[in-house]
Amino acid sequence: MSATAQLAERPSKQPPKSRHRTSFNEGTGRLAAILLSPTLLVLALVVVYPIISALRESLYTSGQQIDEEGFVVEGSQFVGLDNYTAIFSGETGERFWNAFYNTTFFTVTMVVLETILGVAMALVMHKAFKGRAIVRASILVPWAIPTVVSALLWKWIFQADGAANALLGTQILWSTEGWQSVLSVIIADTWKTAPFIGLLTLAGLQTIPDEVYEAAKVDGANAWQQFLRITLPLVKPALLVAVLFRILDTLRIFDLPFVLVGANKDSVETLSMLAYDEASNTRYGPAAAYATILFLYVAVVAYVFVKLLGADILGDAVKRKPNGRRRRKDKDAAPPGANTVAMAGSTHGGGSVA
Amino acid sequence: MSTNIKAAEASPVRRYLPLLGVAVIVLYCLLPFYWMFVSAFRRPLDQFDNSLLPSPWSLDNLKAVFGEGVGFGRALLNSLIVAGVTTILVLIIGLIAAYTLARLDFRFKNVVLAIIITTSMFPGISLVIPLLKLFIDIKWINTYQAMIVPSLSFALPLAVWTLTTFFRQMPRELEQAAMVDGCTPAQAFRKVILPLAAPGVFTTAIITFIAAWNEFLIALSMVNKKEIQTANVAISKFTGISGFDQPFGTQMAAGVVVTIPLVIAVLIFQRRIVAGLTAGGVK
Repeated sequence: MSATAQLAERPSKQPPKSRHRTSFNEGTGRLAAILLSPTLLVLALVVVYPIISALRESLYTSGQQIDEEGFVVEGSQFVGLDNYTAIFSGETGERFWNAFYNTTFFTVTMVVLETILGVAMALVMHKAFKGRAIVRASILVPWAIPTVVSALLWKWIFQADGAANALLGTQILWSTEGWQSVLSVIIADTWKTAPFIGLLTLAGLQTIPDEVYEAAKVDGANAWQQFLRITLPLVKPALLVAVLFRILDTLRIFDLPFVLVGANKDSVETLSMLAYDEASNTRYGPAAAYATILFLYVAVVAYVFVKLLGADILGDAVKRKPNGRRRRKDKDAAPPGANTVAMAGSTHGGGSVA
Repeated sequence: MSTNIKAAEASPVRRYLPLLGVAVIVLYCLLPFYWMFVSAFRRPLDQFDNSLLPSPWSLDNLKAVFGEGVGFGRALLNSLIVAGVTTILVLIIGLIAAYTLARLDFRFKNVVLAIIITTSMFPGISLVIPLLKLFIDIKWINTYQAMIVPSLSFALPLAVWTLTTFFRQMPRELEQAAMVDGCTPAQAFRKVILPLAAPGVFTTAIITFIAAWNEFLIALSMVNKKEIQTANVAISKFTGISGFDQPFGTQMAAGVVVTIPLVIAVLIFQRRIVAGLTAGGVK
């Protein structure tokens, strides 16, 4: 309410400034287009072109085929939706659904585990007054280590006579096949990224004023109630963005299972690994079809996530605009909720373009 | 009620629990890394020894990493070239876009920002396959540009997003004052904004560099020649003396070599990195 009142007052209070601004902004649309063109051009080349090209590619087969009269045909051939129908049936179908299941399973378990652990870490760090610098530095270590190196590191720990078995007193062959290799991938990924979620959540926690908790204490709320009713809702925007990016990241997981367990292992093969495997065997058509399906899957998940939970990806940026003066213009450009819509819209647009 | 709170505050459990929690977190984050570190310094014949400290310490694994025929030095140089050039390109292109997004008012601004963020979400594999085919056609396989150009797909949105947030934190009056003093907008940007934004730009550079340095899928797909592969790919492809067992000692040593510079950078610039990561809210 006060914001609208301010807005109503402002033009009358500072007419010269607002006039100055309009002249300052004359023709900015064109200037903006020119200044943004390098970035958009690069992204068109390295993102939009490949996506469209993958879609086209997925309708072709490449390599040698034998045609109806028994002649060898070289080069790519248009096969329509054959690559896609093959995905959903028969032997390749089994492999695809397995990879699809693995990808989904990894995403759900990892993101849930990492979120719980990350939030717990953030709460601990928020409470701790000593040793914050040490924690912050050590939390960045798993994040900074290349995934490949961390995969090898965990492979080493999970060796037959490695540290994990020595510690647990077991003889499990971890990174080979089956549930134990799935578990080893989950552990390795959780180790690497839970601290990261913790870091982002901590940033959210630090924006909550102490007074809110004091008021809750006066009202007799216990620690658990405070967490559920105050901490969680207030930290939700920061947490949702972190979780969304983790979800999108896990959906395309490749290097960790690829290095930790290896290629062509049923129990950990993900959609990215499947597509990579097909591409490295020069079966570009099916590979592109797998990649396209993964792309659509990611787009749908992002869309649903943003729609259902309202993860406000742009909201933060819009809110943070420092000049109150500009709020009015922003209001025009972006009515409440437009950020979410813009986000969802572009994801959707990306999907339909491809 | 109030006595209750006081009792809770005074109890040693409440006071030391956070410290214990901090210790657990630090151990959680550092123990695996510690294990890689000590494993790198074991003698190859003690490799499967699970003692907490190597006895005796040995540099054999490190020597093996830089041994002849391994080509790890070259791989490190390749990583440095790919990540370095990617970072520089991204900063040059991204700075202009970020400044535009932070300062100019124009229609579709949020749409443009949304598109840029969205592009960072696409699965790498769906970009790599078509680019791989394209690069085969134009004979880019086994070149640096074949790794650098696709890296822009994730690095550029990341940088634009973080830089935009940094520019937004700077008051707009800065340029206005400069322009009143007779600067053109371009001069105001170059002489006033850029020097003041240097910490933010530097932060973005570190984050971009680390992301590009850690990249694996693109480097693995675009290169099959040993002389041009990056450190990450080289480590994953190390072969032992016999074909079967994995040369873990060498790999751990190589891992330490790759990681130590990053860890040192993280320790020195932790505040800035945290600021950058939380400002962007993006991986």
